[in-house]
Amino acid sequence: MNFSEVFKLSNQLSRFSPNGKFLASCVQYRLVVRDVSTLQILQLYTCLDQIQYLEWSADSLFILCAMYKRGLVQVWSLEQPEWHCKIDEGSAGLVASCWSPDGRHILNTTEFHLRITVWSLCTKSVSYIKYPKACQQGITFTKDGRYMALAERRDCKDYISLFVCSDWQLLRHFDTDTQDLAGIEWAPNGCVLAAWDSCLEYKVLLYSLDGRLLSTYSAYEWSLGIKTIAWSPSSQFLAIGSYDEKVRILNHVTWKMITEFGHTATINNPKIVIYKEMEKSQNLEMENLPFPPTKAAASSLFNTESKYEVVSSPVSLQTLKPVTDRPNPKIGVGILAFSPDNCFLATRNDNIPNAVWIWDVQKLKLFVVLEHLAAVRSFQWNPQQARLAVCTGRSQVYLWSPAGCVSVQVPAEGTC
Amino acid sequence: MGDWKTITVPIPSSESKNISQFTSETNMSPSSLYSQQVLCPSLPLAKSVHSFFRAFCTEENVDQSISYLDQELTTLGFPSLCEESKGKEVKRDLNIVAVLNCIHELLVLHRKNLLAQENVETQNLKLGSDMDHLQNCYSKLKEQLETSRREMIGLQERDRQLQGKNRNLHQLLKNEKDEVQKLQNIIASRATQYNHDMKRKEREYNKLKERLHQLVMNKKDKKTAMDILNYVGRADGKRGAWRTGKTEARNEDEMYKVLLNDYEQRQKQILLENAELKKVLQQMKKEMISLLAPQKQKPKEKAEDSPGAVQSDVEEDTSELSKENMWELSCETVREQLTNSIRKQWRILKSHVEKLDNQVSKVHLGGFKDEEVISRQDHEQETEKLELEIQQCKEMIQTQQQLLQQFTTACDDDTSSLLQDCYLLEEKERLEEEWALFKEQKKNFEKERRSFTEAAIRLGLERKAFEEDRAGWLKQQFLNMTSFDNKNSESAFSGSSDQDNLTLYSKPGQKFYSVSSESSLCTSKLTKSLPVSPSTSELFQTIHHLSTNSRVLNVTTEDTKPNQVGRECTTQRWSMASRSDSQEGGCSGSRSLACTDSSIEHRDGLP
Repeated sequence: MNFSEVFKLSNQLSRFSPNGKFLASCVQYRLVVRDVSTLQILQLYTCLDQIQYLEWSADSLFILCAMYKRGLVQVWSLEQPEWHCKIDEGSAGLVASCWSPDGRHILNTTEFHLRITVWSLCTKSVSYIKYPKACQQGITFTKDGRYMALAERRDCKDYISLFVCSDWQLLRHFDTDTQDLAGIEWAPNGCVLAAWDSCLEYKVLLYSLDGRLLSTYSAYEWSLGIKTIAWSPSSQFLAIGSYDEKVRILNHVTWKMITEFGHTATINNPKIVIYKEMEKSQNLEMENLPFPPTKAAASSLFNTESKYEVVSSPVSLQTLKPVTDRPNPKIGVGILAFSPDNCFLATRNDNIPNAVWIWDVQKLKLFVVLEHLAAVRSFQWNPQQARLAVCTGRSQVYLWSPAGCVSVQVPAEGTC
Repeated sequence: MGDWKTITVPIPSSESKNISQFTSETNMSPSSLYSQQVLCPSLPLAKSVHSFFRAFCTEENVDQSISYLDQELTTLGFPSLCEESKGKEVKRDLNIVAVLNCIHELLVLHRKNLLAQENVETQNLKLGSDMDHLQNCYSKLKEQLETSRREMIGLQERDRQLQGKNRNLHQLLKNEKDEVQKLQNIIASRATQYNHDMKRKEREYNKLKERLHQLVMNKKDKKTAMDILNYVGRADGKRGAWRTGKTEARNEDEMYKVLLNDYEQRQKQILLENAELKKVLQQMKKEMISLLAPQKQKPKEKAEDSPGAVQSDVEEDTSELSKENMWELSCETVREQLTNSIRKQWRILKSHVEKLDNQVSKVHLGGFKDEEVISRQDHEQETEKLELEIQQCKEMIQTQQQLLQQFTTACDDDTSSLLQDCYLLEEKERLEEEWALFKEQKKNFEKERRSFTEAAIRLGLERKAFEEDRAGWLKQQFLNMTSFDNKNSESAFSGSSDQDNLTLYSKPGQKFYSVSSESSLCTSKLTKSLPVSPSTSELFQTIHHLSTNSRVLNVTTEDTKPNQVGRECTTQRWSMASRSDSQEGGCSGSRSLACTDSSIEHRDGLP
């Protein structure tokens, strides 16, 4: 694996363009656009304040930089570097900002979630959407970019509004039978909208594109409910991760649960491959250590290399005992992701934080478990093939594919 | 039942006598002393008895004792002892006969009594033992009864305890359930409370938001603005449209279209899946039927319902299949029929497999009746036998290999040299023979060749002479031409040709000149036309080529077989000679034909 040199970055803001040709990264108040193949700097833009949020437009022509403190959004064009656009929310404040799927409208969420302002880059028109809901995932666009679903709350009741993105016309407006709507998400085929309640109640509602309620699913009562939700890329399955350390899969035909995946601390099945990260012992030659120690030597001393080893079952994984009397306990399935070919589902159980569980969707069984030395921070699937990249806060990046897995040392000063 | 006491069995004879004594004593109680003193000396008795009897009757009271005895005996029914008294005399004399009779009677009676006593005693003993036995049984049964009573009491106690525990547990369970219910109620109430509070807070918050919103909207500060250099075109390049009712309707339409497309796609997929599954089911059904079909030929004892069912099923299914193939619809009845028939087949198959399992288990146990099923032991034996055979075969192969090796390598130099090419010896000898034959034939051919050449030379010479003659003759003819007719020319030619033939045929040993004039002419032409060509080989060649059924060959074929090879060789040689050596002027077939052609032409050409 080849690594480029290290580039400066602030706020962990670095995004590839949707067409895969450019890489935008922020350094303080500067926006740097590089070419992906050569990593040469193509454009350099300067914003008025420290950038807090960065987003490419869907056609990779524009970049949005949001500065929440100043309530500013600046838009830059790649084709015409001299073109500039600045949106000032003024005293309304700015809490969130995002592109519309056509790449010509910007949706700004003002402070206190008072309203959403839709700024158009094509016309002078401005639209306002009132009563947006402040929740985990209140805005969701369909994959083809035609429709937008927005979670609203009026008079202590939750509503969902469906808008047509081309002219921002309200298509449907209906209320949901939830206590406190926590999030909504479109299925990849754009025909079904999943809405789920907050963790105080386990409830998933499935709405059709025309606003009809298709089905409701609730696995249990009283205990803490849904933590996260993911659609499979073919829209066949809806995976629901909950606080009871289980993932439940609903099928798109009957919207009933077809299986549930439990995340146990011990794995006994010998058919499951378990990769455990082990540290490679380093031979320190005490005489040859330089004095004063160089930075590279120091980092190499502390960043021990590691590799994966296949461990045979039964294996017991490291668990964390969560504090029960605090809100938002670190327990339950917190991260869910389907692979793009719909074959695998990667999950993380928050009270077994070092492990990534990979489930085979075709057989609906546990396939592989990756156990690391440190807690897994995040993982992402390769957008085109079934390859998973995991990072745990150490100086390695871990890659898994059905052929095997590898731990790659990232050459860096300090930790990643 | 009163208490039984064991009675000791008394010793018979003397004791019985004692008893009788005692009984007699009791009878005699009123006149006890008196009677004791009276004694009858003639009776043989024991000493005590003797003394006792002496006590009854003494010399003094004989009369009294007589009278007493008489009294007693008469009362007991015996005849009187004394004589009949004549008058009332005091003294009475004993009637000895009567006395003896009485004594005898008494003895008989005594014996009878003894026997009876014995019988009674034995009976008594028996009864005693029976009673003992019965008492033993009774005591045992009493013990058993006691123990069973105790057990029952114990079990009853335990039952009571367990029931108590059960009740306790039920109670606990009930308590827990109640608690759970209570807690749930508490949770529910708390939840409603929280919701209410939340709603209240939210309302407040909304109010604040509204207020703030108003303020923000009212302020209308210029800061809330967009500063853009120039407006960008739409993504799809079209102009923006006004929002009208039409657009609303259009949006609705598009939305429904999207939904419908999705449904249609899904339905297609589902139909495909259904079709595939139906195919699979039908295949399964067919295979199951085919699996179960051979069951029909099985012995009838195992038949039961299965073959009948299978047959009927097969008939049903074939008709169904035809129906289904015709329709291929997914209507309810067809689907149900398919699933029902598959279920039936599956049940039959299952029962069949169970039967097989039973058979196998029976076989394991030892007794197998079915010839088709081989017991595991037999199977193992067979495999062992086969393994043994394989071993033996392998050993044989090894030994053979060893022997082979021995034969090929383990010989001495002499033998090896002798044995060199031993396999080819026969062929070698044959080859040598054939070589010898070849050489002979070669010699013969050389001879013939020489003779040919000589003949050819002679022929050439004669030809020369003939030509000269001919030339002279022709001259003469020409000179005489003016005077003579043409007829002579023809005759001359024919005559000459005949002459040729004659000359040719006259040559000895030259059978192969089965020549027509053509060949002779041809050869002559050849000898003239071709520059450096020994005539002999050409002769051979022309003969060989012209005469398809050449006599040379015919001659050789008449020879015996070993010379076949020789013939072939010679022909080859000839052909080789004809092809290879250009000096010899290979007269190929074409050339010979050309020769013939030319000869024919020349023939025609000749005047």
